[in-house]
Amino acid sequence: MDKISFNLSLFSYLMASLGYFVYLAYRRPMVSTFAGWMVAFGLVCQTVTIGIRSSQTGHGPYTTSFEVALFLAWLMVVVYFLTEWKYKIKDLGAFVIPLVFVVLLFSAFLSKETALVPESEVRFWLTMHRTLSIMGYAAFSIAFAAGIMYLIQEHQVKSKKLGMMYFRMPSLEVLDDLNFKVIMIGFPLFTLGFMPGSIWNTQMDLPFFSWDLTRTLPLVATWLIYCLVFFGRMIVGMRGKKAAQGAILGFITVIGTYFLHII
Amino acid sequence: MISNEANLVLVGVNHKATPVEIREKLAFNQVKLEASLEHLVSCPEITENIILSTCNRVEIYARVDNTDLGIQLLKDFICDYHGLTRGSLDQYFYSYQDDQAIEHLFRVSASLDSMILGEAQILGQVKDAYSTARALSSTGLVLNQLFEKAFNVAKKVREETGISERGVSISSAAVELAKKIFEDLENHSVMLVGTGEMAELAAKHLISYGVKTVYVASRTYERAASLAETLNGCALDFDAFKEELYRADIVITSTSAPKFIISKEMIEQAIHKRKNKPIFLIDIAVPRDIAPEVNDLENVYLYDIDDLQNVVNANMEERQKEAENAMEIIKEEVTKFNNWFSTLDAVPTIVEMRNRAEEMRKIEVDKTLKTLSHISDDDQQAIHQLTQSLVNKILHKPTINLKKKTQSQDGHVYLKAIRHLFHLDD
Repeated sequence: MDKISFNLSLFSYLMASLGYFVYLAYRRPMVSTFAGWMVAFGLVCQTVTIGIRSSQTGHGPYTTSFEVALFLAWLMVVVYFLTEWKYKIKDLGAFVIPLVFVVLLFSAFLSKETALVPESEVRFWLTMHRTLSIMGYAAFSIAFAAGIMYLIQEHQVKSKKLGMMYFRMPSLEVLDDLNFKVIMIGFPLFTLGFMPGSIWNTQMDLPFFSWDLTRTLPLVATWLIYCLVFFGRMIVGMRGKKAAQGAILGFITVIGTYFLHII
Repeated sequence: MISNEANLVLVGVNHKATPVEIREKLAFNQVKLEASLEHLVSCPEITENIILSTCNRVEIYARVDNTDLGIQLLKDFICDYHGLTRGSLDQYFYSYQDDQAIEHLFRVSASLDSMILGEAQILGQVKDAYSTARALSSTGLVLNQLFEKAFNVAKKVREETGISERGVSISSAAVELAKKIFEDLENHSVMLVGTGEMAELAAKHLISYGVKTVYVASRTYERAASLAETLNGCALDFDAFKEELYRADIVITSTSAPKFIISKEMIEQAIHKRKNKPIFLIDIAVPRDIAPEVNDLENVYLYDIDDLQNVVNANMEERQKEAENAMEIIKEEVTKFNNWFSTLDAVPTIVEMRNRAEEMRKIEVDKTLKTLSHISDDDQQAIHQLTQSLVNKILHKPTINLKKKTQSQDGHVYLKAIRHLFHLDD
């Protein structure tokens, strides 16, 4: 049953991605409505998958690497919906939903059985750490999409070659604002996620903070990048292209960190 | 002969083939228009009519009994009404019928036939023409449906293609750019450096899109003050504008200075003071007022007059491309409308066919009942009901199929066959 709902959600996000691409290129309102419904349907299916799995395993979706990716994709869609509702940027779907699809497709190849941390060692603080971090990552994925859209739009206006994308995409101000808002939410969540992680470390008789080259350092690098974007904006008015580049670089580090983590 | 009740024709002249000297002679002003509509609808050959008269076109859409006669009649009317002889004017007229006329109206309403492709004005003019005609009861079933449909098609084209979203004048292209940089112009400010006419026009355009704060600087303070007054802004001393640059989100320069008056360093300082908030510079002056290197700065967007002209040219080309997409939508809608339109041809035939059957039924039943004088009134009634329902049952499928078939290309063949088989034209 959870396999069926998983495959259905995967299929829905694929169709939605194609729909959003078609909308971006040909601007047929019906196609974007269709894509929107496909995303909604995908989200429902995915919620069912998570629900079934949680009732089977008896814990939330953050134990195996499969569940973590599943939960991340789910949160990305939720954040996407909230953003779409607030900003009404229909073309954002063309940048976010394919990413969701890739994450979900990737999750299908991940281990569904082996827990990242032995179940006996899972404590409240580890769950907190995972939930908060994944929420932060979901917000960062939207910032990443907004950053790419910003760079495309900025390039068009700057180079004075106003192509199709110039007319389709929202203004630089809106994209910059979106980039900032999601980082403003994502960065504190991500930072808060650190603390419970460290507390859990001490519970497991590990050092509060370790200079582990594959696990901790990339995380610190990620944190530093977002920290720079976050405080750079607040203090010296770092915005526009640099902020967009920061959001993109940050998310690339997130992906890199993730791979180092699961290796 | 097939019923001709629903023939649609269009006669007109437009800007493409007819010079303005001729168009102005053929135009209908409001007073003439109303009198003409009333005159035309009183003609026995014309069932419905609408006159569309704008500076680029004069067109009469009508539903007539006979196509060829109708077209000649409308051409004669346009010439006679304006006291002109048709001979030399004949070359300018175009005339279309049925699906061609439908397509033409859809193209006109969607602004594909306009001088400036995609301009918004024409739709309003078509709507006015329709409501004037409707108020005078010169329209009926067909033209009402046709024009309502044309408005929908125009809306669809506007929404689904980019035909009207790209500015095709310097100032509209500038406003579009400003909106792509700042989104909402309401909380943004504009500074005019120099009081050139084009700069003033662009500023007015920006104000109409919500810009509230306006600064004006000019070498002669009086000119700055007078323009500031017209634009409801505030005048600056020419020497002071450099210090105040950071206040403006949009700067429009149009001075006659022989050298650059705004350097990269000046904008660098301004952007620093603005904490990197973007700044949009529009240099309309020739020779230019702003050093082109300014565009290398981050969050600074500089467009000179040539850049804007290039944008306008590219936009025109894009509109041309979008027009092809729009034509696809129109073709689809013409087919849909034509399907409905051609079912109208079937209606009179169906009515006649049913009347003929009913006549025969009555004759035959009466004949039979005369020989059956012994049966009661109730039984007679029952025989009538039975035969009626028999006739209805037999004709039901042919009626449905005929309606369907008349929507296809060979619909007229079926109509002809039915009329022949049932002897409807005898």
